[in-house]
Order: sequence, then structure tokens, then C-alpha cells
Amino acid sequence: MSNVTTASTKEAKWWNGGKSPFDVEYGKVMMWYFLMSDAFTFGAFLIAYGTVRFSTNGWPNPNEVFKSYPFAGEGTNAPLVFVSIMTFILIVSSVTMVLAVHAGKMMDKKGVVRNMILTIIGGIAFLSCQAWEWNHLHHEGAWWGMNPFINADGTASSTNFTNFFFTITGFHGFHVFSGVVINIIMLIMTLTNQFEKRGHYLMIEKAGLYWHFVDLVWVFVFTCFYLL
Amino acid sequence: MSHEAVLHAHESHGHDDHGHHEHHDTFLTKYVFSQDHKMIAKQFLITGMVWAVLGGLMSVLFRLQLGYPDASFPWLESILGKWAKGGQITPEAYYALVTTHGTVLVFFVLTAGLSGTFANFLIPLQIGARDMASPFMNMLSYWFFLAASIVMMSSLFVETGPFSGGWVAYPPLSALRDASPGSKSGMDLWIISMALFVVSSLLGGLNYIATILNMRTKGMSMTRLPLTIWALFFTAVLGVLSFPVLLSGFILLIFDRNFGTSFYLSDIFVNGVGALSNEGGSAILYQHLFWFLGHPEVYIILLPAMGMVSEIMSVNSRKPIFGYMAMLGSLFAIAVLAFLVWAHHMFVTGLNPFLGSVFVLLTLLIAVPSAIKVFNWLTTLWRGNIRFTPGMLFAIGFVSLFISGGLTGIWLGNAALDIHLHDTYFVIAHFHIVMGVASMFGMFAGVYHWFPKMYGRYLNNSLGYMHFWVTLAGAYMIFWPMHYEGLAGMPRRYFDFSIWESFKQFAELNRFISTVAMIVFAAQLLFIINFFYSIFKGRKVTDPNPWKSNTLEWTTPINPGHGNWPGEIPEVHRWPYDYGKDGVDFIPQDVPVGDHESSH
Repeated sequence: MSNVTTASTKEAKWWNGGKSPFDVEYGKVMMWYFLMSDAFTFGAFLIAYGTVRFSTNGWPNPNEVFKSYPFAGEGTNAPLVFVSIMTFILIVSSVTMVLAVHAGKMMDKKGVVRNMILTIIGGIAFLSCQAWEWNHLHHEGAWWGMNPFINADGTASSTNFTNFFFTITGFHGFHVFSGVVINIIMLIMTLTNQFEKRGHYLMIEKAGLYWHFVDLVWVFVFTCFYLL
Repeated sequence: MSHEAVLHAHESHGHDDHGHHEHHDTFLTKYVFSQDHKMIAKQFLITGMVWAVLGGLMSVLFRLQLGYPDASFPWLESILGKWAKGGQITPEAYYALVTTHGTVLVFFVLTAGLSGTFANFLIPLQIGARDMASPFMNMLSYWFFLAASIVMMSSLFVETGPFSGGWVAYPPLSALRDASPGSKSGMDLWIISMALFVVSSLLGGLNYIATILNMRTKGMSMTRLPLTIWALFFTAVLGVLSFPVLLSGFILLIFDRNFGTSFYLSDIFVNGVGALSNEGGSAILYQHLFWFLGHPEVYIILLPAMGMVSEIMSVNSRKPIFGYMAMLGSLFAIAVLAFLVWAHHMFVTGLNPFLGSVFVLLTLLIAVPSAIKVFNWLTTLWRGNIRFTPGMLFAIGFVSLFISGGLTGIWLGNAALDIHLHDTYFVIAHFHIVMGVASMFGMFAGVYHWFPKMYGRYLNNSLGYMHFWVTLAGAYMIFWPMHYEGLAGMPRRYFDFSIWESFKQFAELNRFISTVAMIVFAAQLLFIINFFYSIFKGRKVTDPNPWKSNTLEWTTPINPGHGNWPGEIPEVHRWPYDYGKDGVDFIPQDVPVGDHESSH
């Protein structure tokens, strides 16, 4: 990296081989292919989950397992209320991400900053909710290899219920965490005018693709663990 | 975005002092932290060669045991210590050697060493780009590979030895820490190494795809791409879509090993322990996840070799490749079918026979595009003005091996036959010929052919011919007899066959195979010597286009700097296979189409 030249070359086209055959920037192509690849990762997890679940005799009723919410005390019976709030938060954060990308296209730095902050708050809120839920389940005695719940028919339940739950929601949570980190980096880059200097907010758009993908995956994870 | 500045810097520089910009680089920036795709390719190649020698040496060691099960070699104890007590390899060490040989050759040599090298080297040069889409990610891709290598290497030195449950790492051997000595920390390191490898392959693959789609020079439409690039493109797509599934499988395996889960484990009975407390898991689930990568992996290994062979054959036959679109279509068909056949590795797992028959059909369908490719290679040679360079010989050898090994694939793809042949030496013979040795031949062909572009010098031809003939004859002498052993029921993964009456008849044959294996291994040293000698002392290349080839890499200077072309990137006007057209020997891709020129 010794021969980096002055900023004046930055505007010039480094690739002089003619017009790009696809009118898409390479980073976006990479992001799409990465997301396809990541879809296969989650797909493999969910198919593994399905395989094990449908070869097991019984499975807990999600309405019985996920029925509490914070500060509600013992014996609350509010099935799926809390996870619905979590899902709502994540989807709203996708909306603010869309607004940030849109603001970026308009070269509206203020709009980008505002909406990125909202998206980051949404991501952190989702992660906090997940942390609370994990903590709550753990207090009830659930963990990898431990399953205190009973099947819908009253028999003892397979530990693979909790095994898959913690592994897959944990892997999704890790993706949300990475997304929050990426979004924070994007926010800093916006605040330091790096995208203004480049003349475009493409990076925000790519971060947005990732963020929407993580949301989309949550819809599937949510369906598999909380609804089915 | 600094690479843009770097490349641009080179450009503005290159006009006044061609190629002399390298004096800015220190040893570290040029050879270690390089973001130049050509240097990264060489890093992949040399790391791959180190692994190939080590992996080959391991096969020599376990062949020694198979060939001479009763003999004692005191020198073995001095090298391997407690793994060869009394001069004989212990069963544990034997399994560790077999496992590491498989893992290393499949992933580190024939995946990273092959597509890592040639995708990095050829993609920007042949499509007319200054570098990869993201040179930084490209550098990371090598580093992750190096990290994976170091972790795998360190697993050889842990107290309980490296993983020894076979390169496929099936549970319960891989999931239970007490299953074997190698299932302890050796397996932990194995998984960590493979996870790093998946990251490396993902970073590389995304880059190759984006570069091929987005960075082509003006006029380089998709149907003007050399077949090498098409093959590398499909390889990258296969890798990007199949490795993540393996990663998922490994994550579940890590949980089973360390966090008491039951994804792959059920209440099986373990000798000395009793029934496990796990319940509900399925070892077959792992096999599905593994082979969803495992089968495309075969094509990740084979396709780059196919692409390079197509290119080398056309150049050295002085003829256009026969059936370019058919070659392309068959690559595509193979890439699609690669994802739909994984369960043919699992016919004996209790797979539903109806489902099995679907997999038989899809597996046998692969014979169609494979046969199209073979037909087209042979018709490319047909009445060509063939130059038998070492690279060309290896390319022809590839086709020979691909036919021999491919035909036995039709046997194994039949569930009815596979139930008899599964896990025998027949399988070993099949996949070593069609995937192992054939792809090695593709790799050798590529190295001999593109060495002048890599180092600006030629490899020694005489050593090249010796290397080729010994390797070709040796490969057939090693693996051909294994078909007969397999048909007679001799199983894989056994430490010693001398105790069975029915396999005593193969003692002589096993000794023969082991002897040839050692000779072939020694012949590879010819190549290693040739390679390193020629880097420094080889005959210098004086003609920028020594093979009279049409593709763009030969329009660069003999020693291209970072950025490849000192001036403008050439514009492409034609496909890469205009050989012998209208009586002209060859017309490079950057030559404009003449007024009266016929279409190809």
C-alpha cells in the first residue's frame, strides 16, 4: 500500500476497459451472492430442524412455552405476545432502513443519519428482547441439552426442542448483532462525510440488503419455532 | 477503496516507466501482504504444493503398512515416534494418516490449491481486468486459507493425534470425544480449520463471481469468455452455495461435541459406557448435510481442471474448441446436477429405495454432459496440428483418466451395484482416478502451461515429460488393480488385510500397488525440483505469447506488474478460439474483425 496517490485520482475511473456489462456495482453483486449463500446456511439449519422434529413423537406447544413477557411476574399467560412485539420491532427497523437508503439516494445526509440511528436502535431493541427471552427460558430450566417443557400430549419432551431453538435463534441473533455493528460503521462513515465525498451512498444500500435479509430470515425462524 | 487509487497510481506511473514501479514495494508488501491477484495465486499454489507433498507422503506411509503389514521399519519409529512403535504404524496412526490425507488433498490441494491458484491468476488476466473486484477480500481469502492450514497442521502435533474418523467426519466418531484418540482435541482443531477454510472459500468465491460478471473488458461478452473462466465461474457458484451447508452441519457438530445436544446423537450403545443419554438425533442427518457439500465439492475440484484442459487442448491442437456452446451448456448442466445427486453417497444408509431410484436417475444423467465434454475434447484433438508440450500431455492424460474413472461412476451410481461395491477399494479406485488424479493432471497442465506467464520463465521440458509418463503410468498401475480388489469385496479403511483368508490372495498385489505409489511420489519430486529451479534458473521467456495463444493474458508484458497492462486494457473483438481460421494460425481476441473475415 505504499503507492497510494492523492485524492485527485479518486474521481477517475480506475477500470478503463469500457462500460461495465452489468449496470450494478460489484459490491452489490457480491452482497447478493453472499445473501444467497447465507440463505443456504439458514436453509440447512431449518431443514435439519424439520428433519429431527418430524421424526420425533411429540413436540411442545409454543403457546405454552412462549407465554411470558417482562415485568409480568409468574404465571402470566400471554402466548406469543412478546415475540410479536420483537418481530414488530425488527420489521419497523427494516422500514427505517428503507428510509435511510432512500435518503441516501437523495443525497440527504441528515435523513440518512436519522434513519440509521433509528435502525440501530431497532436492532439493539430486538437483541435486548432476545436476551430477555433467553434469560427467561434459562431461568425456567431450558438450555442446550435441557428441556423442562412437556409435549402437547403431556409426555416428556425431546431436548432437541431447546437445542434447535437456542442454536438457530442464536445464529440469527448473531446475524442481527453483525448487522448492528455494520450499521454503526455506516453511521460513523456517514457522519464523517465519507459518502458525501464519494458522491453516493451505495454502502448504505448494501448494508440495507443485509439488514432486510436478516429480517426475512427472522420471519422463517419465527414461523418455524413460534407458530408451527 | 484504496485499491482503486493503487491501480490508478500504477496506470499513471506505467506510462513513463513501464513496470519499474515495483521498487516501491518492500518484501512484505510484495510477497506477504500482497493484494495483486497474481501474487495471491502464487501463494495459493505454493501452499497447495506444500500440502500436496505432505498429503502424498502420508499416503506413502499408509501404503507402506498395506503393502508390508508384517514388516518392521525402524526408521519409521524415528520419524513418527509413538505412532510407529517398533517400526510399524499403529492402527490409530494409520487412521489418522488416511483421514488427514483425504481432508488435505480434497480441500487444501484440489480446492484451494487448484481454484485458488487458477481463479486468482486467470480470471483478471483472461477477462481483461486490472485485478479482482476486491483485492483486499482476495488477500483475506488467502490468509484464512493459511490460518486453516496452520490449524490443521497443528492438529498433527497434539498429544492424542489428529482426527482419525475419515475425511467425511461422520458422527458418532466425530461427535463423541471418547470414540477414538483422534476424536478429542484433534477433531476440535479439524473443525476449526474447516470453518476457516469455508470462510476462505466464501471470500474467494464471491470475488470470482463478482469479477467475472462485472469486470470484463469492453467487448468481452459472456459468450466470448474462454472456457476456463466459465468453468471457474460455475466452480465459484457451487462453492458459494454448498460450503455454507457444510458450515451449518459443522456448527451442529460443535454443539453435539461440546454442549450436550443431540442433533446427530441418539441413545446408541457404546461399549464400556452403556447407552448414551442423548435422544432423538440422527447421524444420517449429518450425512445429508455433509454430502450436500460433498458432492458439489467433487465438481468444485473437477470443473477448473475441465476448463483449463479445454483451453490448453484448443491452443495446442491449433484448432478451435469443438462445440463451445455445448461445452458451456454441459458445464451448466453439471453444475445444476451437482446439487441434486448427493444421496448417491448414502444408498446403504437405509435410504428409501424409491428416493434412491430418483438419485440413481439424476446421477446417471451426469453421464450425458460428461460424455459431451469428452466427445468435444476428442474432436478438438481430431486432425489437429498437435504440439505435445508437457501441459498438453497432462491435458490429454486428464481426458484419459476422466473417461476411465467416469465409466466406473456409472457402476457406482446404480444403487443395486453400489450396495455391493460401497465402501470397497472399487470406490477408492473410482474417485481417485476421476477426481483425484484427473484434477491433479488438470492442475499440472495448468502449471506447465501458465508457468511462463507466472514467472517469465519456462519449466524444463525433459523433466516435464518424465514427470508426465511416470505419473500417468503409475496412476493407472496404482488404481486399476484396486477395481478388482473392490469387486472381490476388499473394504476401505482397514488397517491390515493379512488376517483374512479371502484377501490373502491380494498380498502381492497390495505390495505392487505400494511400490508403484512410492515411485509415483518420488516422480512428483521431479516436478517440485523443476518448479523451484525454473522460478530462478529456468529458460527466460522472450516472446510475450510463447504458445501462440488467443487469450488476453498473453497480451500483457512478459512480467506484468500490478495492474496487468501498462497502458489501456485491450478491447475484445472476437471469441478466444480463432485458430486456423481462413488459413491464419491464430488471431488473438484483441484483433478487430476484418472486412472479409468469415464468422467462426
